[in-house]
Amino acid sequence: MAGRSALLVENVSKNFGGLIAVDAMTFEIEEHEVLGLIGPNGSGKTTMMNLVSGALKLNSGRIRLFGGDISGLAANRIARHGVARTFQLVRMLPSMTARENVFAGGVFGHRRLWGRDLEENAEAMLEKVGLGGAGSTPVSAMTYIDQKRLELARALVSDPKLLLLDEWLAGLNPSELRIGIDLINSLRGEGRTIIVVEHVMDAIRSLCDRCVVMNSGAKIAEGTPQEVLADEEVIRAYLGDHHA
Amino acid sequence: MTGAEVRNFAVAIVLFALAALIPLTGSGYWLSIGVSIATYMVLSTSWALFSGPTHYISLATGAFYGIGMYVVGLGIEILPYPVLLLIAAVLGAALAALVGLATLRLSGVYFVIFTLGLAELIRQLVNWGQTTQGSSSGLYVLTDISEPMIYWQLLGLGAIVYLLGWWINRSRLGFALRIIGNDEVVAVHSGINTASAKIILFVVSGTVATVTGALLAPRLSYIESSIAFSPMLSFLVVIMALLGGAHRLWGPIIGVVPFMLVWDLVTAKFPNQTTLVLGICFLLIVYAIPHGLAGLVEKYRARARGAF
Amino acid sequence: MEIIIGGILLGGTYALIAMGLQLQYGVARIMNLANGEILVAGSFAALWLFAGAQLSPVLSLIIVVPIAFVGNWLIYQYFLLPLVKRSKNQGQLEVDSILSTFGISFIFVGVMHAIFGGEYFNYEYLEIPFQVFEEPFALNRIVAFLGAAIAAACLYFWLNQTRSGLKLRAVSVNPDAANLVAINVNRASAMAFALGGAVTAGGGALISMFVTFDASIGVLFTMKALIIVILGGVKEIRGSIVAAFVLGLAETAVASLIDPGLTLASAFLLFILILLFRPQGLFGRQTS
Repeated sequence: MAGRSALLVENVSKNFGGLIAVDAMTFEIEEHEVLGLIGPNGSGKTTMMNLVSGALKLNSGRIRLFGGDISGLAANRIARHGVARTFQLVRMLPSMTARENVFAGGVFGHRRLWGRDLEENAEAMLEKVGLGGAGSTPVSAMTYIDQKRLELARALVSDPKLLLLDEWLAGLNPSELRIGIDLINSLRGEGRTIIVVEHVMDAIRSLCDRCVVMNSGAKIAEGTPQEVLADEEVIRAYLGDHHA
Repeated sequence: MTGAEVRNFAVAIVLFALAALIPLTGSGYWLSIGVSIATYMVLSTSWALFSGPTHYISLATGAFYGIGMYVVGLGIEILPYPVLLLIAAVLGAALAALVGLATLRLSGVYFVIFTLGLAELIRQLVNWGQTTQGSSSGLYVLTDISEPMIYWQLLGLGAIVYLLGWWINRSRLGFALRIIGNDEVVAVHSGINTASAKIILFVVSGTVATVTGALLAPRLSYIESSIAFSPMLSFLVVIMALLGGAHRLWGPIIGVVPFMLVWDLVTAKFPNQTTLVLGICFLLIVYAIPHGLAGLVEKYRARARGAF
Repeated sequence: MEIIIGGILLGGTYALIAMGLQLQYGVARIMNLANGEILVAGSFAALWLFAGAQLSPVLSLIIVVPIAFVGNWLIYQYFLLPLVKRSKNQGQLEVDSILSTFGISFIFVGVMHAIFGGEYFNYEYLEIPFQVFEEPFALNRIVAFLGAAIAAACLYFWLNQTRSGLKLRAVSVNPDAANLVAINVNRASAMAFALGGAVTAGGGALISMFVTFDASIGVLFTMKALIIVILGGVKEIRGSIVAAFVLGLAETAVASLIDPGLTLASAFLLFILILLFRPQGLFGRQTS
């Protein structure tokens, strides 16, 4: 492994009352790598993402971003360190235009763009996600896939050091899915460092360099998509005992 | 600056200049209405600076205003007036920062209740302080500051508020507040420190309200806690700001002028029905014009543009 | 001892005030800022029935409570439900309902002012001293306390042991999910709102026996009820009952040990402490 460590999660746990949502998770992602975080529903993937992005505070363990400790920082501080994310249920800024939605990602992120820089970058990102020329559209008039694209542009405009995509492909129809996968693939081609939480197995196979599989809050497997999807414990976790 | 901005500035300067001429007419009636309008223009505009984008409804205006009055009332014999204004501003800012720290991380309901009680709380403390000190229940404010002077000072404060609002709207801070008003989760994950953004704006609006109270103290020669900390003032500010439209800098003023003219009639003709009228106004705003007069103007403009 | 019993009796009164608001906010998700005015309206109704028809305030509940139920149901249907339907998110509904219920509260104050004038009212009923642990307390306070206890017990039983109560609790936990299991959320909310209003007005009738009130005092009750609900944790009826006693004791202690003028200040101090250190309330659970 040649790359620099982008994110190092060490022994991280989170519990809600008596429920242990994330249980001593440890994994690492290198710069320019696309890591898939997969597992059955309720296995703690989204909680894990929320711990990395700072939406939730961890109970124990440590998270390092490019060597610097970010565990327990507030979400806005983590965003300033260069972590950008999308949301499981798409979140728009409804009273703003598409362009302003993208601005929102760039002004306060770790690049802190403003003025002409901001406008040029935002326009470029809209172009990249396939929304070139749609900058003045109010978001309420946009289709679901366009909103998803816009959310991605908002995350990208800050030029994040780490991008978290939480089920970004969920809810797309087959042709939209194709577009979506191609889009993420192009980001991969740019050498971005990305963690994707995903249920769409096709996407995982074609996008991820490596996968971490979670079940009941703990890591049960790690490796290339082919390896983990053939792993007995992974199959058992997804399909139950009979199929193993 | 864009062409539209230059035009707006010009219009604003002309309007301010015209407004500044009112005391020269020599009419006591118009001057007195002018002072009321200028007071509520300052209060509602600064209220909307904070509440417009964040959707937090603050009922603390009366508390800040009362503190400003009491600073002048207590200090007028001891310190020069400008120093008192400065003290009022600092006190107001400090109180707003404290209240903001305690409540602005939480949901809007807590904030409303807290601010609603704040004026009453401070009033009780002031009364308690005065009775334990053994002094009388009110304070005399005897100065040679005339009503036109008060009026011009208020206009000056109003100009400062508008410039400040214009500057904030163009700044990162203003953009941050718009994002917060849309979706706080997105705001946080975009790197915005939402708590401090809200507190800064609340401090701005609290400071302005405190100074307003201090400016108006010489108008009343006798200050009593029930007048200084009147809850009615806070509600009137909210109504006028929302009637005009809290989402635009120029919104509150177009609510203040017509409302004050009507309100003056109502309080003169039906002094016992003011609460009822206030209630009806609240309901009208919520059900009939949720975006205020500014919202109506914008809708009409958009339609006019669509027709051509 | 006097402070403790006095505090507990006052706490009973506060519980009566807060339970209604709790139901309304917990289930219907409307922070009803006209709550105090509905309470005062109950007080005026009891006064009016007592003065006009010599009807005992306790018996007047038979009239006051059903009328308040219907009245609050109508308020929900015609004023609040349109806001619920129009709002796109919880924040918008919150702002709208705050403004709307403020408006309603002002209208109540205005109407009561027009009918009864601006004076303070009180009347004498059951002002008989009653010995509790060798300290005399007025019987009317004890009757109100018992009223609070009975109302709390009925509500608790109804919410936890009956089918319709279960519906309300389901809506309170998650309205969307409740909707999915064929619960009519709007109807359950209207029910909770009406019931909350009825409890509040009934409380008003009971406390009118020993409280001096006027047309514009409602906002003080609203504030105390809100402080209690927040103190107790928004979704916990037991929490707000305990919180009512905490507030009752704190206020009685401050009034008799320091200065009666500082009761509101003490309530506020409690409120600030809660906001700073346990924003989910004394008994509320931290949510994810």
